[in-house]
Amino acid sequence: MSDAVISASGRTPVRMEVNGVAETVYVEPRWLLSDVLRHQLGLTGTHVGCEQGVCGVCTVLLDGVLVRSCLLFAVQVDGHRVTTIEGVTPDEGLSPIQASFQRHHGLQCGFCTPAMVLTAEALLRTHPNPSEADIRDAFSGNICRCTGYQFIVDAIRGCSEEER
Amino acid sequence: MIPSAFDYRRASSVEEALSLLQSTEDAKFVAGGHSLLPLMKMRFASPGMLIDIRSIQELQSIRRDGNRVVIGALCTHRHIANDETIVQALPALAEAAGRVGDLQVRNRGTIGGNLAHADPASDLPALALLYGATIHAEGPDGPEDYPVEEFFLGPMTTALRPTQLLRSVSFPVPDRGSEVYEKFAHPASGYAVVGVAAWVATDAGGIIQDIRVALNGVGYCAYRATSVEQALFGREATEELLEKASHLATEEVEVLEDVFASENYRRHVAAVFTRRAIRRALDKATR
Ligand SMILES: Cc1cc2nc3c(=O)[nH]c(=O)nc-3n(C[C@H](O)[C@H](O)[C@H](O)COP(=O)(O)OP(=O)(O)OC[C@H]3O[C@@H](n4cnc5c(N)ncnc54)[C@H](O)[C@@H]3O)c2cc1C
Ligand code: FES
Ligand code: FES
Repeated sequence: MSDAVISASGRTPVRMEVNGVAETVYVEPRWLLSDVLRHQLGLTGTHVGCEQGVCGVCTVLLDGVLVRSCLLFAVQVDGHRVTTIEGVTPDEGLSPIQASFQRHHGLQCGFCTPAMVLTAEALLRTHPNPSEADIRDAFSGNICRCTGYQFIVDAIRGCSEEER
Repeated sequence: MIPSAFDYRRASSVEEALSLLQSTEDAKFVAGGHSLLPLMKMRFASPGMLIDIRSIQELQSIRRDGNRVVIGALCTHRHIANDETIVQALPALAEAAGRVGDLQVRNRGTIGGNLAHADPASDLPALALLYGATIHAEGPDGPEDYPVEEFFLGPMTTALRPTQLLRSVSFPVPDRGSEVYEKFAHPASGYAVVGVAAWVATDAGGIIQDIRVALNGVGYCAYRATSVEQALFGREATEELLEKASHLATEEVEVLEDVFASENYRRHVAAVFTRRAIRRALDKATR
């Protein structure tokens, strides 16, 4: 992106690497990353709930770091790398973390699941064998209305112990 | 929720950020965006231009400078919580930064944005008060330093001028005593319903030689609980005295009330957490 002012009404190109693919999207400054991922790029695995930074379902990885895409304008991520749930899902079957969620009943309606799986990816990269306290802390920004969290904790522990 | 339209510009240096701010009416800085974006979505804030300061390199470092630690405005909560210099020299600040919101918030939110925004339920203002930090600003008329005692003026209100950029915050490193941060977090947002920072220095006989207590979440802005400090100064903190002194934590302020916590409840929690914070600081090995 050039250093020029990006005006409110016009659309501007934003270049970002999304799930390993170089993308250019044309956005207004006020468009949120969450909406651009879903509507411009068709990556509907990133969900949108509260839209004010509390529920965590819009979580994605920005340059490998866990962030909420509803609290970022797409223009802010110009030149950066975004990973969504589609980016950690194999073409066939499930990733080890996803399989562990399935095995431990770590999801019911599935609304929070993409964010939960990405959070697990980020956690297990830095803490290969997390304690229950590590897990609960890492997941404190993700709300689930279905599982009561215990099965999600089981899924992460199960995965870290068995699979990798 | 889409905010009203604005122009956007990325600044790559402090000079550029400041000159953009002076030349544009109605412009605002965005750092982590974790206080500003929610406001913009609610249309409580509708800046005509956002100046993105996030990639300014010179505001991203933490360095030790003699007996002070200088923290760049753009350091994230996560960076502060995990930085070895801060963990060693300012352990209560590291503790508080590690308890801000949740992982995603700590990955984006910055100390500069946190102090400039001055949300009454934020965690870092009480730590700035506890350590007696200095806020370093830069504006069209050059640099200006604010002692923290003169910085927080009210809810979301600070002494920082609209033409200034918060550049860094410097914290004097205490040469004795020990300090902690105790927090009762809102279960959904993670913000402080009550947060208490306490620093205590005792002599060999357990007499309190010096003490500071600062609270978040309770009043319209973070404050020092001077009545608690005075009640304990020069005395031995027996359980009985500590219990009595802790109840003075809300003596000097109008206590906030919201759907989650009534005034009385918050007052009670403030006393309990003040007692816990001072007790834990006393029990901790001193420097
Ligand atoms: C779900 C959620 C939970 C949270 N929980 C907590 C919590 O428990 N404790 C806590 O302390 N905070 C909490 N926060 C707030 C978070 O810490 C914010 O990130 C922080 O308060 C603001 O920092 P920012 O970098 O995001 O600032 P921004 O949102 O970018 O900016 C906030 C304001 O400060 C101004 N500003 C920013 N940087 C500068 C600067 N360098 N100079 C001058 N002005 C500047 C902006 O113009 C704006 O007006 C939470 C936020 C969310 C969304
Ligand atoms: S939709 Fe982003 S946190 Fe709820
Ligand atoms: S599985 Fe339904 S919200 Fe978590």
